[in-house]
Amino acid sequence: MAGPGGGSSDVQWCFSQVKGAMDDDVAEADIISTVEFNHSGELLATGDKGGRVVIFQQEPESKNQPQCRGEYNVYSTFQSHEPEFDYLKSLEIEEKINKIRWLPQKNAAQFLLSTNDKTIKLWKISERDKRPEGYNLKEEDGRYRDPNTVTTLRVPVFRPMDLMVEASPRRVFANAHTYHINSISVNSDHETYLSADDLRINLWHLEITDRSFNIVDIKPANMEELTEVITAAEFHPYQCNTFVYSSSKGTIRLCDMRASALCDTHAKMFEEPEDPNNRSFFSEIISSISDVKFSHSGRYMMTRDYLSVKIWDLNMETRPVETYQVHEYLRSKLCSLYENDCIFDKFECCWNGNDSVVMTGSYNNFFRMFDRGYRHDVTFEASRENSKPRSVLKPRKVSTGGKRKKDEISVDSLDFNKKILHTAWHPLDNIIAVATTNNLYIFQDKVN
Amino acid sequence: MEVNIEAKRILAVSISKLYASRTQRGGLRLHRSLLLSLVMRSARDIYHASRECEAPSEAQSAPEEPMDTGSSPEEASRQPEPQLATSGAETCSDSEEPASDAEEYDCEIAEDKENLSPARQSRKRRGKASAAPDFLPSKRARLEPGEERHAAPLGSCRAGAGDSLTTLSLNRVIPAF
Repeated sequence: MAGPGGGSSDVQWCFSQVKGAMDDDVAEADIISTVEFNHSGELLATGDKGGRVVIFQQEPESKNQPQCRGEYNVYSTFQSHEPEFDYLKSLEIEEKINKIRWLPQKNAAQFLLSTNDKTIKLWKISERDKRPEGYNLKEEDGRYRDPNTVTTLRVPVFRPMDLMVEASPRRVFANAHTYHINSISVNSDHETYLSADDLRINLWHLEITDRSFNIVDIKPANMEELTEVITAAEFHPYQCNTFVYSSSKGTIRLCDMRASALCDTHAKMFEEPEDPNNRSFFSEIISSISDVKFSHSGRYMMTRDYLSVKIWDLNMETRPVETYQVHEYLRSKLCSLYENDCIFDKFECCWNGNDSVVMTGSYNNFFRMFDRGYRHDVTFEASRENSKPRSVLKPRKVSTGGKRKKDEISVDSLDFNKKILHTAWHPLDNIIAVATTNNLYIFQDKVN
Repeated sequence: MEVNIEAKRILAVSISKLYASRTQRGGLRLHRSLLLSLVMRSARDIYHASRECEAPSEAQSAPEEPMDTGSSPEEASRQPEPQLATSGAETCSDSEEPASDAEEYDCEIAEDKENLSPARQSRKRRGKASAAPDFLPSKRARLEPGEERHAAPLGSCRAGAGDSLTTLSLNRVIPAF
């Protein structure tokens, strides 16, 4: 059956690959905590709770099978962050990778920023496929030769070797955040980036690690007056002076760095008045924004709160231009979701390459796509059962009451331990990466 | 009454979550602590609102205590809240504070009228209808050597708290679940 994608409603999504262990027993370190395609889509990075980064590379399309786009295979794996201990506060600092952001490629090497709760690191990923051979003073195995035995001189030459991918930390940006870092975002100037924690946003230069500028500070003088925290922040895709940050109160503030050094005063504030009919104990929790993403065009931004996805036009602050319900059937279950902690889950969202479709995750390993043009939405499931190569994904439906039709699943049968928090869409093609707890699913549209 | 029971339950769940979050790896999460405190505040407002409806009948049986059921009970019972939020916010290295706050909270819910006067030191006197609410943990905070257990001073260091909390009113009673 057809689903949204690429602006036309006849895209069929097919299973392509699944990465990760098949056991049901999930090791905590293997829990995927972030997923990100690079700017060309050739590389796909994941970060996990154990502080590791795994990068997959897309194989070039083979001439034998023009129907399939290249598969993603492991390109590099490295330990980005280790657990640390803050001795002053007697606190452990988790090694979990909260976010990965790729830098635009400038030369043969690839660069990415990865962050845990306190420290951001710039990693260089480079390939080595030749090595120098024919040294005068060294044997091929590295042992030094006795200079007296050298009778002739030769010039070392480069010879091909098996491809080696090396990841090395080039910069470590530490000690700038008192609270837990939730976002990083590279500026369109390709020289600076921002990092945001619960109360502050800092601006860094990629070359300078020993200082950063604080550009937003919402810490009240008296912490007892704290009413909201920063939940996500992002730079505008091409206006290097503009960024937005979202709050736990459901507001988004757009700031212009030209206005002043400290952007505590927003240039625009986006807020939708609350629907008084939906008021409950948990209204404040579910209105907290868990992710904010600019559209590729820079005209719109998307926010994700617990139950919905909203698209905002940057020119209109009073309300979103589109609202999509992700799993409205959960509204009557908020109390149980509070008890089992699910209500605190932070779902991310993403745009497709031409901003016509948006995607976000849900429970029971479901993920949802909303086609903005055709006003068509669909739910798919990432599961091993549907993982025959190139099998077309069948849309899923949750029955919301009354009679449950065949193939529908009732709200009470949903598995709330299986959640999709992190999804990513290839910047150019209809390829998506969807992370379940410890597996990464890659789906593609069917190329005929 | 159902609202009252539900509010109590949510308060209990929230407090146990707050306790649990202190032992989490990575330290106290400010965002989560803030959200928990917001839910607790709503639940507590509703709890008190429904208690106040019953207040006239209870006041008869405890004639010593002042009948002031206006803003003071809220003032008194709000007081531990900011402490809770503070310790949550400042990545608690002092493990005693939240525990003793929760305990004060415990007593204050049960004995609002007792704590109106700052001079009252004995928090532990049990009134008629007020066995310790069963939804709160009975653990007492561990004291460092040399420290004494004492009632928290009402309104002393919390100048800011009063201001910020005046925005809360009984209009926040939320019936819907």
